[in-house]
Amino acid sequence: MGLFILRRVGIMILTALCLTFVVFFMTNLYPNLEKLAKTQGNFRMSDEAVASWLEKGGYLQSTPKKYLEWVGLAPSYQHQAEDGTITGRCITPGMDPKDAPRFCGILQGYWGYSSVFKDEVSSIVATRLSLTAILMFWVMLVMVPSALILGVLAGMKEGSATDRTLSTVAITTTATPEYVSGVLFIAIFSSSAVGLKWFKGTATSAMDSPNLENFLLPVLTIALYGMGYIARMTRASMTEVMTAQYIRTARLKGVSFPKIVLKHALRNALIAPFTVIMLQFPWLLNGVVIVETLFNYKGFGWTLVQAAGNNDIELLLGVSVVSVLVVLITQLISDIGYVFLNPRIRIT
Amino acid sequence: MDPLSWTGNIAFLDPLLFFALGLLALSVLVWIVLSAVLPENRAINVTGGSASLSSGPLVLAALAVKAAFLATSALVAVYLLLGIVMGTGAGIIGAMAQRLLPVWIALVLLFTLSILFKRKLGLYGKLFDSPIGMIGFALVMFWVFTGFFGAVDMIITHDPLAQLSGLKNKVPGTPLRSPEDGDFLWYLLGGDNLARDVFSRMVKGAWEVVKIAPLATVFAFMVGITLGLPAGYFGGKLDTFLSFLANLILAFPVILLFYLLVTPEIVQTGLPQFMAVVLFAFPLIFFFVLINARYRTQPQKNYLWLAVVLLPMLALYLMVVNAPGSKVDILPTALDRIDIPGGILVVFVSVVFVNSPTVFRIVRGLTMDIKTRDYVAAAQTRGERPWYIMLWEVLPNARGPLIVDFCLRIGYTTILLGTLGFFGLGLPPESPDWGSTINEGRKLLAIYLHPALPPAFALLSMVLGLNLLADGLREESLKD
Repeated sequence: MGLFILRRVGIMILTALCLTFVVFFMTNLYPNLEKLAKTQGNFRMSDEAVASWLEKGGYLQSTPKKYLEWVGLAPSYQHQAEDGTITGRCITPGMDPKDAPRFCGILQGYWGYSSVFKDEVSSIVATRLSLTAILMFWVMLVMVPSALILGVLAGMKEGSATDRTLSTVAITTTATPEYVSGVLFIAIFSSSAVGLKWFKGTATSAMDSPNLENFLLPVLTIALYGMGYIARMTRASMTEVMTAQYIRTARLKGVSFPKIVLKHALRNALIAPFTVIMLQFPWLLNGVVIVETLFNYKGFGWTLVQAAGNNDIELLLGVSVVSVLVVLITQLISDIGYVFLNPRIRIT
Repeated sequence: MDPLSWTGNIAFLDPLLFFALGLLALSVLVWIVLSAVLPENRAINVTGGSASLSSGPLVLAALAVKAAFLATSALVAVYLLLGIVMGTGAGIIGAMAQRLLPVWIALVLLFTLSILFKRKLGLYGKLFDSPIGMIGFALVMFWVFTGFFGAVDMIITHDPLAQLSGLKNKVPGTPLRSPEDGDFLWYLLGGDNLARDVFSRMVKGAWEVVKIAPLATVFAFMVGITLGLPAGYFGGKLDTFLSFLANLILAFPVILLFYLLVTPEIVQTGLPQFMAVVLFAFPLIFFFVLINARYRTQPQKNYLWLAVVLLPMLALYLMVVNAPGSKVDILPTALDRIDIPGGILVVFVSVVFVNSPTVFRIVRGLTMDIKTRDYVAAAQTRGERPWYIMLWEVLPNARGPLIVDFCLRIGYTTILLGTLGFFGLGLPPESPDWGSTINEGRKLLAIYLHPALPPAFALLSMVLGLNLLADGLREESLKD
């Protein structure tokens, strides 16, 4: 078991390095850097001015070297101007270059400086991530239990009226992407054209004080899309369990139906959905980006859109590191959890 | 000109329709409650010990659901028929029904022919045994035909890009202020915030989806199959490497990938085009291996087939990949007959790129399962080459799950295209595709609903249709 976890963690770190390198490579392509130089310096810069600006920031080194510096595995670049002053990534203004640390990258906790928000990337990511965490907490609280109940009820008696109706509901929710259901919810519940005005169409105020009025619609929008998929997986797993030999034995023995479902079937049927819920995270991240844009909730997904749209390279890198790590860690948990939950799987 | 109401002269049908819908909802509710409360039907009667078919309240409730559903569908059909006959006399619904006349004709023809010959049509024919599958297929084909006829300017009432004065944000059924001869006199579904016709834009948007989504899915399948078969069949280092790559792409948040691939700066570096060069080569490789594996021992036939299939494909490939003035400019201009408009290629490539790892994983899993079968062992004993076994023994036997996943994946691709449009990535800003239209419409959603809702319902019904179709196909293919 220890070796298995160790190997999985090793693969995870390798994947994380590869993915961050890809993002790093793509954000550091020359046209992006040129745009950065022009937005930071002056829009009418000549090509030479752009080149010298980039040279000064150390952007013109080879990509692998820049990447290692950014991660914090190589000493960072320092630029010596003609008058002898030394500038570099690690040297904050007013600091003596000799006192500055040689390594400053992600590993050392130096995440860079956002050119759009004019703030440290690490603090932006932390505040935005905590906002999204609140959103995700409520989404999970709504989505997981309702999906499991839906799936178990539908899978309990395959082909029954409940099964067919609930399956249709599940299919409909998986066919409704967030930008459709969100628009429908806003139209029905918050527009003055329909006139119900039960909830608010924006969640901006939910950043300070989330309550039912401003937070229900975004939570529901994300939860609905993921719910159908989890419910269908739960249903498939439940129907499979219900045809198993030990269930038939229990029925022939005369155990009542509710007891069979609750005591014999449920535990075995919930192993598969656990993996599915964990693997939903990449999709949920997608939903978060759409919903936060739609409802103007300034969380992590909203930050991603702002960073990507405004060519804010360091912030975008920080955001992608976090999102890649979230996805990989949930995959790891799902792998390990599956082994724990299902004793029939042996790892060698 | 008077503004049109929703149902015009056939408004007397509205109460009937509401009544039927209410009955349907009520009967479904009763059906569910009864099936939850009552015990299961047993073929053997408890009291008498004799076998009898029970006709309890549950069966009655199921009958009521069926009757209410039929009544509602019949009423909807009456609306459409009257609409086709009366046109604008039957209000907006009638006018739309009339505009969509080619679609109805095509649908009726398709369904009659398919049902007549369904026993000779294999899995496609069996689809018409399942009501769910038929509903799904009807929804999908409705949008396919709408897109197709819309592309040849048959259904649309106005130019989707034309802005007519005085129709900004006007409600559905608003008449044109100063119509010229031959103009359609109303904006059927109203005008958007640039005074363009919402109905025509929705119809044109269907074509954007219909032309990109299936083709992109086909390409993703080509990539997934060509890589997944050897990974599953040979296993070992190749499998480890390819699976690692697939997991790498799968762990990437899709929206981040889109933002990285589709921005103008990245397009300028030619990266999406290089990806197109790689991804579009897979169909060529696939067909080359497919034909070569089959006719390897008959060189004459082999060369003939290879030439017939591969040469046109190679020409097409070069013309598509090549774009004058970009990084991939290998063909002389005179030969470059196909010019794909800038954004479309990038969108296409990124959608294929995102979809192919999932297909890879499915094909790999199926191959690992199927390669343990006896017929594969028989082929190995006969001395067949690995690629022949993979493509002519394993692949045909994996077709069932692959077809089902193909339908689901077209739906997913449609959602992805919508996402791209929603974030304004890749496609030109005035493009009528559904995602962009929803994005534009949502900004004024608090006051005007009509610009955002039609594309939202269109996308919803199309993806729903594809999911139902996949469900029907799965059910029917499991019956074998």
